Amino acid sequence: MNPVDARPDLFDDQARPATGRRFATRLLLRVSEALISLLLLAALCFGLLRSAPGGPFDTERALSPEQQSALEQRYHLDRPLPSQFAQYLGNAVQGDLGDSFQYPDYSVRALLGSGFAVTFWLGGWALLLATLIGTPLGVCSALRHRGPVDGLISAGAIIGIALPKFVIAPLLILVFAVSLGWLPAGGWDAGDWRMSVLPIAALCLPNLAAITRLSRHAALEILASDYIRAARARGIEGWALLRRHLLKPLLLAVLAWLGPAMIAVITGSTVVEQIFGIPGVGRYFVQGALNRDYTLVMGVALCAGVLIIVTNLLVDAARAAIDPRLR
Amino acid sequence: MLRRGNGPEPASLDAHRAQDIASHSVLRDLYEGLVSEDAEGRIVAGMAERWEISADGLHYRFLLRPDLRWSNGAPLRAEAIVASFARALNPQTAAPLANLLTPIRGARASMAGDASQLGIRAIDDHEIHIELERPAPLLKLLALPIAMPVNLAALAQYGSAHTQPGKLISNGAYRLQSWQPHAGIVLERNPNFHARASVQIEHVRFVVTEDASSELRRFQAGDLDFTETVPPARLDRLRERFGSQLRISPYLGSFFLGLNVQDPLLGSSPELRRALSLAIDRDILTRYITALGEQPAYGLVPSGIEGYAGARMPESGWTQAERLAEARRLIDEVRSRRAEPIEVEIRYNTSTAHRRLSLAVAAMWRQALGITVRLRNEEWKSFVQTRRDRRITQVFRGGWIADIADPLSFLALFDGAQALNWSGWMDPEFQSLLDRAEQDADARLATLQLAEQRLLDAHVLIPVYFYTSRHLVHEDLEGFEANLLDRHPSRWMRFRAHKQATP
Repeated sequence: MNPVDARPDLFDDQARPATGRRFATRLLLRVSEALISLLLLAALCFGLLRSAPGGPFDTERALSPEQQSALEQRYHLDRPLPSQFAQYLGNAVQGDLGDSFQYPDYSVRALLGSGFAVTFWLGGWALLLATLIGTPLGVCSALRHRGPVDGLISAGAIIGIALPKFVIAPLLILVFAVSLGWLPAGGWDAGDWRMSVLPIAALCLPNLAAITRLSRHAALEILASDYIRAARARGIEGWALLRRHLLKPLLLAVLAWLGPAMIAVITGSTVVEQIFGIPGVGRYFVQGALNRDYTLVMGVALCAGVLIIVTNLLVDAARAAIDPRLR
Repeated sequence: MLRRGNGPEPASLDAHRAQDIASHSVLRDLYEGLVSEDAEGRIVAGMAERWEISADGLHYRFLLRPDLRWSNGAPLRAEAIVASFARALNPQTAAPLANLLTPIRGARASMAGDASQLGIRAIDDHEIHIELERPAPLLKLLALPIAMPVNLAALAQYGSAHTQPGKLISNGAYRLQSWQPHAGIVLERNPNFHARASVQIEHVRFVVTEDASSELRRFQAGDLDFTETVPPARLDRLRERFGSQLRISPYLGSFFLGLNVQDPLLGSSPELRRALSLAIDRDILTRYITALGEQPAYGLVPSGIEGYAGARMPESGWTQAERLAEARRLIDEVRSRRAEPIEVEIRYNTSTAHRRLSLAVAAMWRQALGITVRLRNEEWKSFVQTRRDRRITQVFRGGWIADIADPLSFLALFDGAQALNWSGWMDPEFQSLLDRAEQDADARLATLQLAEQRLLDAHVLIPVYFYTSRHLVHEDLEGFEANLLDRHPSRWMRFRAHKQATP
């Protein structure tokens, strides 16, 4: 056995328990950090909501005092704010996010459950397609740096980034639904894939453009680095070079982008959802607050908070798995 | 399948708790009141086959159809209808429209928690008596969702989930099949409806269409049979593109700018208030700003209500040049008594349409009167509160859509006794006219007209235009009729034969 190759094994016995314990401590630290962040988020959100002018029952019609107090009782608004907050947290921990004010026939959990399912489905496909198509495009562009292919791809990416979703989405509808009649112009019927196609395309295109540019840039940077030059000097070229020296650092860059992109796709899906009439969760971010739907806004904020924390955790874990320097 | 664009997500399918138009449209298909409305909006028999009204207009006797059933097949008896009314009025229900039922004897006490004196009684399984405290258009009120029978057994069993598919028990032409929030609601024909044979369309899908431009594209793509509205565009262009599919008709809604008379400047100067009204060119506003066939308004109550001619401001017959001359004379008069420059604020809730209109009005005031005008927009909930508080508002966006075709639906907005009096105007003469209208059934409409005239003469509002309803309706759809309240129950609609064959 080559003594150099054997060295990691020699150290392993002592190293493993230490890294295991370190990992556990770090995980514990991350989780408690996350819980404190969520608590702060809940408190901030609760405070902001309650200090906003107007309430959930302020409409153009006037309720009688008896009706008003019956509603306040039903939603526990008659209690002091700290006790309302404590009660909300107590229920939330048990998974009960209360009933929506604006949509009293539904619990916040039911609304968010069905909304997130749709948003995850569309957002997940959009990002998956963007990554699978955009990364190779970017690398291809970088390999043909300053060539006509690079120019074409870069121009396409810039247009894709510059076009806002509220332009792309109606454009897709006009072409594929109104003119060609291939796909429905909007709506949602669980299980009908035809209704997913245009929304996924509208969500995918800007991300596709972003990741194409990003991976092009990352690939160019990597290709200019010393170790690539060294590898080339040793005669490694073509696929072997890509696979052995480009793939990992490129993946790191893509992963770093994927986390925030996932969060942006979910919290920023309002526009696409409204244009296509999709029952996703995006609309609650805006409408919930406008309607002073206290419970819905709290639920949305907490879910988004959990989402961001979990996504970051997963991305960090994945990056650590790829890059030993991050462990 | 009929696919109706229905605007935003219906807030609730609890007939008593719902107050938004989107919910009401669905409820009108799910339920039927003692009386109902036909495609043109006329009152027709509902659960009651016929009814008798006493000479003083205070006692109503309703004879129910013998074959009334809930959508689950169980018999629907008078007792259940009476219990549903009691639930609508119970303060625990917190029904936003319950106070529309207050002409009924004991209804006000019921809303305060004492239901013992309620003037709605079941005589036997098929007869209901309703006693009024004061004359009112009761039949029109009974066609509203607030008067529809909610199944209390289902409510007791499922609580607020009683409106979910599989749980909701209704009594109308359709029953609930599925409901996906923010996507759509599907109804199927109710096999237990008494007039099921006359209901042509088997399934109805109420499609959530939050965005008017998207709704238009979905109509163009053939995904909708009619739309809830039409996005703002030039009328001639729309006509050119859609021809007879575009349906624009008068709608019982009134857009006005309110004037807060508790504001020191506006409150102290009726001349200024009148000058503001005179300086607005309503023809320009309706032709170029709203631009969908709206009628310029010189009164609060739109025309079209049967038996009610409506009061109008004197300048309705003048030319705009005459109005401007009078406005300038009045503003000079105000200036002669006042040293400081005149500055007014228009406050409106955030929306492109309101902004455009406010900008135009501000320009007209600056140009014609030489006053300073500030625009302030506020997000809806804040605006509702500010307007109700009457502390900082001066000129504010007002507007009202009638619940029923009755002038009181509009005039009650200025009733000093109730909370929605945004202008803060308290006038004993106006109040006494409203009271008098409630005492004499025969002279009711004539007295209400005097009240409207009194209101207009006080210059506490600036009428701007009367609403129109606008839809795009597929040419194969029959039975979609224009009506003042823009209500379109699916049970009166059908497709021309060739359309029905497509899936």
